[in-house]
Amino acid sequence: MSNSNELTKTAGAFDIRNFIGVLLGIFGIVLTIAGIVDFTPDEAERTGGIDANLWTGIGLIIAAALFLAWAKVRPIRIVETTDDVTGTEAAPDND
Amino acid sequence: MEAIRLDAQWIDYLLIAIYFIFVLGIGWFAKRGISSSIEFLLSGRSLPAWVTALAFVSANLGAVEIMGMSATGAQYGMPTMHYFWIGAVPAMLFLGVVMMPFYYGSKVRSVPEFMRKRFGPGAHLVNALSFAVAQILIAGVNLFLLGTIVNRLLGWPLWIALVVAAVIVLSYITLGGLTAAIYNEVLQFFVIVAALLPLTIIGLNRVGGWDGLVEKVSNDGMLGAEQLSSWPGEQLSGFANPVLSVVGIVFGLGFVLSFGYWTTNFVEVQRAMASKSINAARMTPILGAFPKMLIPFIVVIPGMIAAVLVTQLSKFKEISASVGEASAAAETGVTYNDALLLLMREVLPNGLLGVAIAGLLAAFMAGMAANISAFNTVFSYDLWQQYVVKDREDDYYLKVGRFATIGACIVAIFTALIAGNFSNLMDYLQTLFGFFNAPLFATFILGMFWKRMSATAGWVGLVGGTLSAVAVFILSETGVFDLPGQGAAFLAASTAFVVDILLSVIVTFRTAPKPAHELRGLVYSETPKADFEDFNEPKPPVWKRPVPVAGAALVLVIILNVTFG
Repeated sequence: MSNSNELTKTAGAFDIRNFIGVLLGIFGIVLTIAGIVDFTPDEAERTGGIDANLWTGIGLIIAAALFLAWAKVRPIRIVETTDDVTGTEAAPDND
Repeated sequence: MEAIRLDAQWIDYLLIAIYFIFVLGIGWFAKRGISSSIEFLLSGRSLPAWVTALAFVSANLGAVEIMGMSATGAQYGMPTMHYFWIGAVPAMLFLGVVMMPFYYGSKVRSVPEFMRKRFGPGAHLVNALSFAVAQILIAGVNLFLLGTIVNRLLGWPLWIALVVAAVIVLSYITLGGLTAAIYNEVLQFFVIVAALLPLTIIGLNRVGGWDGLVEKVSNDGMLGAEQLSSWPGEQLSGFANPVLSVVGIVFGLGFVLSFGYWTTNFVEVQRAMASKSINAARMTPILGAFPKMLIPFIVVIPGMIAAVLVTQLSKFKEISASVGEASAAAETGVTYNDALLLLMREVLPNGLLGVAIAGLLAAFMAGMAANISAFNTVFSYDLWQQYVVKDREDDYYLKVGRFATIGACIVAIFTALIAGNFSNLMDYLQTLFGFFNAPLFATFILGMFWKRMSATAGWVGLVGGTLSAVAVFILSETGVFDLPGQGAAFLAASTAFVVDILLSVIVTFRTAPKPAHELRGLVYSETPKADFEDFNEPKPPVWKRPVPVAGAALVLVIILNVTFG
């Protein structure tokens, strides 16, 4: 990718990994709270004794953290080449 | 029939609402990047491989698959795994290793466009028209299933559910084009997993773990332990002889039907075409194969759990084994298709229930959005630009793409209403469209590797193959021969494949071939190796190269087949 007409910028907020991270994070927080404050005997009977909301919530928060960290560590760079009809093209991961 | 109403609380609605805000948000954000038709219709060929790989898997993880595969799991058990391990994975690997270089390397914008370059307008029109019509009708079926679920879960009238669902899909696709559809598919993938994985684990916990499930299924007094191993799967294939059953599954389902579906269906191929390089395009279906082989564990297993855990469903299974499915449905008010919903109602607490409903709605929208976004590309590039209004500026075709999306959604609403009134008719239509795929695969594979094959042979093979499949189907429907289960579909597809090849060969030798210089990028022997590589990129490390990774996937899927065989 050594083209002189390149403009490089990061994709910023519109990185799907941020979307996934934030959505899973919100889901995780809501479920964790529900699991802590509202674990009823009826639910325990349904799930066979597991506090399902709490554990799923914790799992989702961990998954969310991984996605946000991944997006932070390896941001997408958008390369705009003026001689290329297809316009934008994401650069390969810089590894 | 009694409605299965899930007891959703405010917390469930809250989670569903948050999810939909994100769905629309993606459409709105993706809109900022759209300035040309190629960006709208092919995402500007800019997406990384893991994104397109998950979209590739998600586009096929719609209503029909999730409900249908858990239903088949409840009915037959482990043989359902064949739809994933024999049916999908090998075909996906083949697409990535063998066929994708032609699609991506020839710079075509759609599968029908490849058809046009290789075989000219005859084969192109057959392919583009049948594909466009099929997508709209299938989008209608997906929409109808979505509307039915919303109707049953939340109690909305069917037509309101249909319109709301269509408007949501429409708004994010018209705003953000294929990028929005693909990004939403990736998001949907994770929401579906977040919903189905806990469901499976909690369900297993309720039946006493894996051992408990094995014990309960073996002692169910019907198919018993036969449901615990995937081979030879006589119940699924409908062949009484185990050897014939294995042959039927491997060739009928595995080779002809699935290779036809996965390698020529533009809904799938489009996801790979949106990636940023030829290497990423090839990696798309190959990386997608890994999640694809794990999905049955959170789709088929819950179906099996539901059949032994939920009293209503096990009663349905008992009655349908002794009396028949119709009376079983009348007596219990459920069918196999309700397996997943019944399990959700049985084991999920409020909160997680909201995630699960969001996941299901997500899956249903993914199916429809995939149909619509593939339709608008074929409509704008292959039909409108090619045959109706040629040589206009790009802005014009971007507009055409947006209007095609709106039109498709409106037609889909009406198709969904028709599907609601004539469910058998829609079943038949879907089966018929399935018949287009088997001969397509035969024509493509011949055309890619045999330079002599002529343009006329292209369309004659397609039409002849499709008609022969229809003929086999009609013969089996009218009772001329009797193959239960999936046997008739396997036979129809295999016939279509053979007839297509025979016709193509005969016609080729009676017509003139295309000149060799027109075949570069389209036929293997006429394409320099360099066309299939991207010299802008450094040679990727071994774990990012298509062939080694595909080999690893193949080994893994063989291990799965042996372990659960």
